[in-house]
Amino acid sequence: MVARQGLRRKRNILHPVLATILKRLGLGVATLFVVSAIIFSSISLLPGDFGEAVLGQAATEETVAAFRRELGLDKPAPVRYLDWVASVLKGDFGTSFSGRAASGVDRSRSVAELIGPRLKNTLFLAGVTAVIAVPLALFLGLTAALYRNSFYDRSVNAMTLTTISMPEFFVAYILILLLASLWPVFPSLANVDASTELAERLRRIALPALTLTLVIVAHMMRMTRAAIINLLASPYIEMARLKGATRSEVILKHALPNAWAPIATVIAFNLAYLVVGVVVVEVVFVYPGIGQLMVDSVTARDTPVVQACALIFAGTYIVLNLIADIIGIVTNPRLLHPR
Amino acid sequence: MSQTPETYSAAAEVAAVRKRRGRFERSWIALKKAPISAWFGLIVVSAYVFVALFAPLLAPYGEAEIFPTPFGPWDETHRFGTDQIGRDIFTRLIYGARNTMGIALMTTLLSFIIGGGLGLVAAINRSWLDQILSRSVDVLMAIPSLIFALMLLSIFGSTVTSLIVIIAVLDSTRVFRLTRAVAINVVVMDYVEAARLRGEKIGWIMRREILPNIMPPLIAEFGLRFSFVFLTIAALSFLGVGIQPPTADWGSMVRENASLIQFAQYDIKAGLTPLLPAAAIALLTVAVNFVVDWFLHTSSGLRDEH
Repeated sequence: MVARQGLRRKRNILHPVLATILKRLGLGVATLFVVSAIIFSSISLLPGDFGEAVLGQAATEETVAAFRRELGLDKPAPVRYLDWVASVLKGDFGTSFSGRAASGVDRSRSVAELIGPRLKNTLFLAGVTAVIAVPLALFLGLTAALYRNSFYDRSVNAMTLTTISMPEFFVAYILILLLASLWPVFPSLANVDASTELAERLRRIALPALTLTLVIVAHMMRMTRAAIINLLASPYIEMARLKGATRSEVILKHALPNAWAPIATVIAFNLAYLVVGVVVVEVVFVYPGIGQLMVDSVTARDTPVVQACALIFAGTYIVLNLIADIIGIVTNPRLLHPR
Repeated sequence: MSQTPETYSAAAEVAAVRKRRGRFERSWIALKKAPISAWFGLIVVSAYVFVALFAPLLAPYGEAEIFPTPFGPWDETHRFGTDQIGRDIFTRLIYGARNTMGIALMTTLLSFIIGGGLGLVAAINRSWLDQILSRSVDVLMAIPSLIFALMLLSIFGSTVTSLIVIIAVLDSTRVFRLTRAVAINVVVMDYVEAARLRGEKIGWIMRREILPNIMPPLIAEFGLRFSFVFLTIAALSFLGVGIQPPTADWGSMVRENASLIQFAQYDIKAGLTPLLPAAAIALLTVAVNFVVDWFLHTSSGLRDEH
């Protein structure tokens, strides 16, 4: 509080923006904290006999007790939570449940080791998708607004409305049917590993990236179009028109600068949405990413892995939404030039 | 020939009571004005409901009846072939309508009871209760719901009950937000104040004073939430953690028959088989969206951006 007031005195002009951003950042950190607590506490919701379930029927009482001690279940919950947060911050997510046996031979792997390479794969897929989808959506949205109510606008709109209402796996299987089965252009399985070269890797992830692109372009394009069309009704645009500016001048020079905030927000929001969409798409294309790992772990009830994946997904989601909010605040002219 | 009066009496015309249109008549007039997309949506939705209600009569075989040939081709006995253990796909598609839609409908209803109820209470109460509810909803909404659902399912196991409860609770956050937002504008009205002053209980105020006035956005939201829940359940079943076999369900049917798609080059019908349940899901979502779109337009008087 004191620091913020000091700031207010020093930089009087930036005060409203900075204060809002600081507030939003604080809220984001608090959310992350609570979300991590929820994800953490999920392990204590497990049924009491899960030690036996993990270790098998033949587990002796001692091994079960040792297992519980390893998870720290003999300590009070707040202590466990702080321990967990500390080790997560160091990159240690604990040890996977799978591969454990009552015999004492422990073939289990650390969660970080399981997640590491898969996280890279997922980020690669999401990155490629974003690089294709964002410029494409902006282009389509801008041109649709420019040629509003034309045949082009209507057909783009109808197409995006259809892709929005379809489940991801439907889009994915249609693409597989067309581009992998009937006309084999791309492989239907995106099985990459560390040794796959970049060109081959790109070819293999073409279909998953295309699926994700179709799903998120639709939303981004519609929002871009709506943001610009919304502005076209304002008096200063009318002024520009009366001045004799051409249609494209009006949109690019007058409307677009004011539309950046909602557009940036919707882009960040859709990238956050990618995080969720990636789960289904990875399963369809058997892509070795973190989403598939999470689904497998849910089926195997491998809670440490599920927790780690959920934390990564939720963290990315929260951070991206936070960035979107901050962009919205920073680019808002009303906040930048306080009265 | 009937007798027509030759005199005109203004008094008679003014005195003639204008008949109020009945509910049915009014909805028929609204329907006649509906655009083609809304008609399409309504027809598709009613067809789905019909199939879901009369599934046992329409289906040629039993839901889990197994025939000797797995992955059988499309022919007279099995219209869309058989699946990986020899169950008739056409039958399972019909039962799938019942199961998938039934579960999605129950989930949406539950989420509206939870979210709508709490939202109304928060809007009326506006004190610490509102604060607590709104902040916890903020936190819950910060986690992507599919991820949260996956995590909870890994803990509680994939039974139909836990599926319904988990998704309903996660989804009720959005219902809560909407209900609270629209109800807050109604709570400050004078007639609510009057009801409060005459000593009505909170239940009466919620049900009789506020609810009727916030119905249209809630009904539209119900359609949207239903298609969202429907897609989430389909996605979860597709991932293998939703509705479990032998219950027929569209999401898991896509997964089970997905391998057939590689044979599309030799037999296009086989390649299309896994797409049938997926298309059934997509068609229903599109139809519901069309209907909701039309409903929003007529009830709010919103027009397209001009």
